[in-house]
This record gives sequence, structure tokens and C-alpha cells, in this order.
Amino acid sequence: MADLLRFRDDEPVDHPAVTVDAYLEQSNAAAVRIEPGDDARALIPHLDGLRLVEINFPAFTDGRGYSAARILREAGYTGEMRAVGDVLVDQLSAMRRCGFDAFEPDKPFDEEEAKAALATWPQVYQTAADGRAPIWKLRHG
Amino acid sequence: MYKYDQYDQAMVDARVAEFRDQVRRRIEGRITEDQFKPLRLQNGLYLQLHAYMLRVAVPYSTLSSAQMHALADIADKYDRGYGHFTTRQNIQYNWIKLEDTPDILADLAKVEMHAIQTSGNCIRNISSDHYAGATADELIDPRPYAELLRQWSSFHPEFLALPRKFKICVIASEADRAAMKLHDIGIRIVKNDSGEIGAAFYVGGGMGRTPMIAPCINPFVPLDQLVTYCEACLRVYNRYGRRDNKYKARIKILVHELGAAEYTRQVEEEFAHLQTQDIEPPLAELERISTYFAPPAFETGLSEEIDRSDPDFALWVDTNTVPHKAPGYVSAVISLKPVGGIPGDASAEQMHLIADLTKQYSFDECRVTHTQNIVLPHVKKADLHALWTALEAAGLGAANLDRVGDIIACPGLDYCSLANARSIPVAQKISERLSPRSAELGELKVKISGCINACGHHHAGHIGVLGVDKKGVENYQLLLGGSEADDTSLGKITGPGFDEAGIVDAVEKATEVYLAQRTDGERFLDTYRRIGINPFKEALYG
Repeated sequence: MADLLRFRDDEPVDHPAVTVDAYLEQSNAAAVRIEPGDDARALIPHLDGLRLVEINFPAFTDGRGYSAARILREAGYTGEMRAVGDVLVDQLSAMRRCGFDAFEPDKPFDEEEAKAALATWPQVYQTAADGRAPIWKLRHG
Repeated sequence: MYKYDQYDQAMVDARVAEFRDQVRRRIEGRITEDQFKPLRLQNGLYLQLHAYMLRVAVPYSTLSSAQMHALADIADKYDRGYGHFTTRQNIQYNWIKLEDTPDILADLAKVEMHAIQTSGNCIRNISSDHYAGATADELIDPRPYAELLRQWSSFHPEFLALPRKFKICVIASEADRAAMKLHDIGIRIVKNDSGEIGAAFYVGGGMGRTPMIAPCINPFVPLDQLVTYCEACLRVYNRYGRRDNKYKARIKILVHELGAAEYTRQVEEEFAHLQTQDIEPPLAELERISTYFAPPAFETGLSEEIDRSDPDFALWVDTNTVPHKAPGYVSAVISLKPVGGIPGDASAEQMHLIADLTKQYSFDECRVTHTQNIVLPHVKKADLHALWTALEAAGLGAANLDRVGDIIACPGLDYCSLANARSIPVAQKISERLSPRSAELGELKVKISGCINACGHHHAGHIGVLGVDKKGVENYQLLLGGSEADDTSLGKITGPGFDEAGIVDAVEKATEVYLAQRTDGERFLDTYRRIGINPFKEALYG
């Protein structure tokens, strides 16, 4: 947990996340882990009981987790969304935009580099899951 | 032409700063080459056979004279004094140093240019019709839609690690001059029966090792849902495109394996959901962008007369100019295919000259074609002789648009780390052999790729050449009957391949079959389609 970068004030969930399949069979856990091949939408009926969604990136080049994160945020999930695995500092800004608010990378980030990465974009072009107003909205109000 | 506002400029500047920091961390060894690779690719930087190659985006093919001058300056300052215009309407520099790239990107940002997402597994530069805004056959200028999508696709946080690269093309006429149906998403701006403007979506086309022509998945997406529909297409692809095999990872394979109907169903479902997510810019944004593409102030009352007393000039006019919507104007094509030259290459001096001519004769606007030439879209007929005279003096006056000498060729094994065979020498030899018969052969599109990835569009050539590696020796397959135009078709391989000398002979033999068999007015492609491949096979292998 020492290497957890977290942008939330609530207490982290203290028990391990279960797989999506296990969660769907017996959903009394508060934490679930999504693998790249899982359908994030299967969790939508159960979002009320969830406090932590981990999205695993076995390889940083596999971008399915970005869609999974946005889909759950779009469905109204407000709990912790944690990127775990092969998560690199140069993905931080995009991941934040997709709704991740916690990061547990295999290799810890350098604090300064993480800070710089999160400040990459002065504005953004798209609506995403981070609530930032896209440039077109700034242009047209 | 589109002009950056404070926001666009800030985004490009932020990108330069981000990449400068990434290069620094790479040079300091703080990130590995494997980690750095996607970052440099999404800034246009490839590691090729001999050096880094930088691919600079030319959005929807349009450049101003200041931008062309800047491209020439980069060729001089950071490369060996030339650049290479590509089949994706971009420009590449072949001899770049890693440590120079942040400065190059900063130079580009000063003229509102960038190399963002010109490679890597992301949404690439949006291409368009190189006669946009000039041709009489278009419904509307397609470039505002392309610019809208440029902004949407730039740094899209969800789509930066797609299964594979993703290419979008936007056109707005029945005639297809941009190979629209051979893109991951091809968009044709159309009018429906009620007279409203919208977009027809063709998804899942492509060349490469599995060439496919994109099916139309939605004939009419309203303009105020264009971005949302693209996002739905991309999300389904990002979630379900294959990632187990890079050769099956393009969206064409997903569409093919699911079937167009099932893919469409999934897109429509995602689209219905995304419409609730406030991701579509208002039409006012499209209108804002469109004002930048308002037609230039064409003069009226111009003469249609052209003094054809110089036969060389007359030939150039006949081959290299195309009709314009405004009376007294044409679009003039500057061929980057001198006989025996390297297709698509231009020296810094030539680029500076093209920039000057762009300013002087074409309302400060030129275009890069996917056939690796440059268009001056709005030239007065009265100025053509002066323009041609300047081009001739600089070695840019080849009169060969869509003729046998107007060959598309990828960089091939002379530069590219993926290639199996050289493309450039084959193009040069075919050009030298057959250019003397250019007029007799008429329209004939020859396209050469040095490997199966098909950057030279060999599938879409009336005559295509594919370089392969045959037990360590370069070998060339011949394809016939492809087309990237409105009558899109994929070429067929004639049979066993040839060595370098043999492929030049084979192309010549194919043209002889055509000349012997053609009827009045038939192009090579028409004759091929009428008589089929067998007479050609007999001549080649009989």
C-alpha cells in the first residue's frame, strides 16, 4: 500500500479485490478487480455495493482498461477506481481523464515526475470522466 | 485555412513540453526503450534502418506557404536537405537525431503544425480530398469536419493504446480521391432526402496484409452526432479489437469476424449510451471552424483562354491541371515524380519554391496528395504559364499526373526497418522504361510496396508491385486491377514473382497486352476488367 498514489479522502478498502466472476457469483465483497478481457458493464447492476474497482494493466500497451474505467464512471460509479499493474507515469494524465483516482503501479512513480505528468494539459479537447470542461465548451460557453 | 486559437496553440505547446521531458528522461535512462517507444511513436518518431525518422502531420492535406517554408527549413537544419511526402498526406524526414526532435516539434508549433499521433496505436492524422474547396463535384468542403475530428482525436484519453493504428478519412463528393473506403473509418459527407447534411460511415477498410473495402455501417449520421458516432466506433474497437496477434488487430478484422451487421449493432448500442454523455461539440463549433474554410476571394470575369503555343506547356496543362469550381481557375498538380526520381521526395529548395508559388498563385494554400504530389488548388488560368515556367526550372514540371511515371512507392528497404525489398529503385526503373510511352498509355496508376504492410498501396494500383523476401533475395509480385477511386477494387496477383529486372519487364509486358487489346477510350484498368487476368498471365508466363 506504500506505493499507492491516491486522490481520495475516504479510507481505502482493507480487503483484497475479487475477480469479476467471483464478484458476480457472490457479491458481498466491496472490492473487485477487472482484467483486460472482462466486461465492465457486467458490474453496472451492482455498483451500489462497490467501494473499490481495481483495473489491471498486465501490459501498459493494452488500453482496454481505459474504456472500462470510463464506462463505470459513466454508469455513475463514484467509489475508488484504481489502476494497478504495468502503469507508467506517462499514462497518468490520460488515466485521470478516464476516471481513475488511484494508482498502484508495479514500479513506484517518482513523485516529481508524477506531479509533472498530472499537470500536462492546460486544457482538454474532449469530454471524459474527470469533469473537465472541453475546449469547445470554453469557446462557446 | 484553419488558424489555431489560444487553446489549440496551448495544447500543441504542452505536447512539445511533454515530449521534451520524455526525451530527457529517455536519454538519462529513466525510462526504457520499450516504455519510450509508444511515446515517441505518438510524436511521429520511428527508429528506422539507419536513423530516426520523423513523420509530421499535414492535417487534411492543407498547408500554407509559411508552413511549407518551415518544412523546408527543418529539412535544411535537421535533415539532409530534403523531405519525403507520403501516401498519408504527411511529410517524413529520414535522418533525424533523437535529441533534436523536441526542437523540431517546437519549430513546427510556431507555424501551427505538429507530429502528434502520426504513428503508434492511436487515431492518426485525418486525411481528406486534396481538391477540397476547389472541385465542383463536392457537396461542401469536407475539411471543417476533419478539423473537428482532429481536435476530438488529439490526446483522446481513452484511445491512446488501441489494438492497432487507426486511420480516418473525410470526403464530401461522390468521386473518391482519398481512398476513403480503404480507411479504418471512411466518412463521406452526404445530403439526405430531406436536404439535410450528414455523414455516411464506412468502417473496416484497409490495405496491409489483409486488404478490405469498408462496408457502409450507417448511411446518415446527423452532423450534430458526428463526434459521438466516431467515439462509439472507437470504443467498440478498443474493447473488442483483437490484441492476441498484431496482424489481426486492425478494425477491419473485427468488423470481418463479427460481421458488419453485428459490429454495427454494437456501435449503435454504444452510440445510444454515449449520446447521454455530453461529448458532442455544439454545431456552433463546427460553424466556427467552417468560417476558416470560407472560399478565397476568387476574381470574376477571368478569361478561360490558355496560350497553348508552347507544346511542352500545353502537355503539362493537359495532364497536370484539373477543373475548378470558379470560372477562370484550375487546380494545378506539381509532380514530385520526375523521370527516374524518388517518388514523393522534395529538396528544401524545391519546398521553398513551392511555398513561394503557393503564396503568389494559389491564395497561400497548397495540398499534399496521397499520390505523393503537391496541389496548388486555386490557380488562375492566366497564371499557368508563369507557374509552369518556374516549376520547369526547378525540376518540378513533370507532366505525368496519373500517368505511368506518377508512381506511388513506399520508402522500402532503402530506409524502412519493416521492408523486405527496395521500392525506390524499382519505381525509378519502371519510370525510366515506360515514361517515353506515357501519352500512349494514358491513365495508369502504378503503386509499389516494399513489404506486405502496403504503404505503397500496391493493392489499389491498376498495376501493383509487392516486394517480398524470397530466401534472402528480393522478389517482386505483380498485381493487376486495383483501384483506390470511387470504383474501389483490390488487385489480383498474376502468379510467381520476379527479380528486380524481371518485374520491370513484367510491368512493360502488361502494358503491351493492354495496348494490343484496348478498344477506343479504354484505360488500362478498363481493359483489364473487360478481358480479365488470363491474357496478361499468358504474356507473362506463357
